[in-house]
Amino acid sequence: MAMPSTSLEHSMGLKPGEVATGTTIMAVEFDGGVVLGADSRTSTGTYVANRVSDKLTALHHHIYCCRSGSAADTQALADYVRYFLASHAIDLGRTPAVYTAAKLMSTLIYRNKDNLLAGVIIGGWDPKDGGQVYTVTLGGTLQRQKFSIGGSGSTYIYGHVDEAFKENMTREECQNFVKKAISHAMARDGSSGGVIRMVTIDKSGVSREFIPGDKLPYGP
Amino acid sequence: MHGESGKQSLRGALKEDVPGFNFDNYARNASLPTETTMHLPSAMKTGTTIAGVTFKDGVVLGADTRATGGTEVADKNCEKIHYLAPNIYCCGAGTAADTEKTTEMISSQLDLLRLSTGSPSRVVTACTMLKRMLFRYQGHVSAALVLGGVDSSGAHLYQIYPHGSTDKNPYVTMGSGSLAAMSVFETGFKEDMTEAEAIELVKEAILAGIYNDLGSGSNVDLTIIRRNGEVTVLRGYLTPNDVEPLRTSYKRPAALSVPAGATAVLSTHMDPARPGLEGLVIEDATAMTF
Repeated sequence: MAMPSTSLEHSMGLKPGEVATGTTIMAVEFDGGVVLGADSRTSTGTYVANRVSDKLTALHHHIYCCRSGSAADTQALADYVRYFLASHAIDLGRTPAVYTAAKLMSTLIYRNKDNLLAGVIIGGWDPKDGGQVYTVTLGGTLQRQKFSIGGSGSTYIYGHVDEAFKENMTREECQNFVKKAISHAMARDGSSGGVIRMVTIDKSGVSREFIPGDKLPYGP
Repeated sequence: MHGESGKQSLRGALKEDVPGFNFDNYARNASLPTETTMHLPSAMKTGTTIAGVTFKDGVVLGADTRATGGTEVADKNCEKIHYLAPNIYCCGAGTAADTEKTTEMISSQLDLLRLSTGSPSRVVTACTMLKRMLFRYQGHVSAALVLGGVDSSGAHLYQIYPHGSTDKNPYVTMGSGSLAAMSVFETGFKEDMTEAEAIELVKEAILAGIYNDLGSGSNVDLTIIRRNGEVTVLRGYLTPNDVEPLRTSYKRPAALSVPAGATAVLSTHMDPARPGLEGLVIEDATAMTF
């Protein structure tokens, strides 16, 4: 298989031929829930291995994560966290906290940082603290934020999101914010592309949205 | 007593009880090409084009049949579509031994699971078992797989990478010829195809790999797994590169085909190779033929 093509991928620690979620991922809190979004491109070197991948993975009923970095590492991590959360929810007897999911993920990444390449954004809703977004970086740092962007494509939209973000946005405003930002990142980042997948989580549950490549708010 | 201790020391040398790979010979193997004139054998790879497509009534899996060791074709007609369960088959690209043994192991695990649960295997179960094993070996088991099958929840198709990541899609290709095959799929795939259409599409995809990728060649193998549980294995569905007709049609000079008995035997004399063989008699000298 091909070598990691960009020097970024090589310096990040991807092994030759390893599948990467090149990626743009994003999550935003609103009053009563969160919106998560991602592109759909998975690449091995210069070849797009999957142009319709789903990087928004469920960890529990009201908790999702956005995955970036090595596809194998993040899939395995999400499986572990899903398993621990399910067991924990049975012991607890109620919906687990979003913070618990985020802490589990960050602990796994921190303790195995030498062997992993995973950047994850956790978003979810719980009855105690409402909608929350947590970022877990490559080294295992855990940080709650009002919104978070990640993946190789995020570098191109830092200026845009800093300008476009407003406090106390409504659910619809958050969804449009996510759609627009990811569109811009997909237009400029070679490792991001395909379609936009969006998940909105609130008290009533989870709703999935799919925006095909030709219906993006911004495109080449 | 002597036999007992001998058996124990042999067991210790083989380190049978220690799990995982044994790297004892690593240093020796690394020094062989530099210290001696020996060169290490290269692992046999299935250069490969493998592909799968879901259609209205199930899945069709396809593969070429060339196995390479470096630039040499080691096997012109190897089988790359492996049995996992009565309703699940798996195409393998990468190192031939890795794909063969990995699929055998998971097939065995599925067999045991069917015995303990009393239910047919699910495709997602096979996928999870494969990805767990491959992730554990961190990509050192070089197996890139196309897994397809039908179970109680429908027809499913997965692509599994050596590092342990998986993707689930309506059509997939893997191997060195995957780009050639994918170009055919992206042009011709439609939802809810008939079986005939699906077979035609997979056949064209594998042919694209056979003709345009140096690592793939020879024949097209197909396996069709239908929702009603029927499976059709079409080994050698298409053999466009068969060299037999050319071989048989070639007219060789008559002087090269000498019939037995053409040379007259004037006399026979035998010297025994060792003392004690004087009495040995060969009954019929004309019996030897090639």
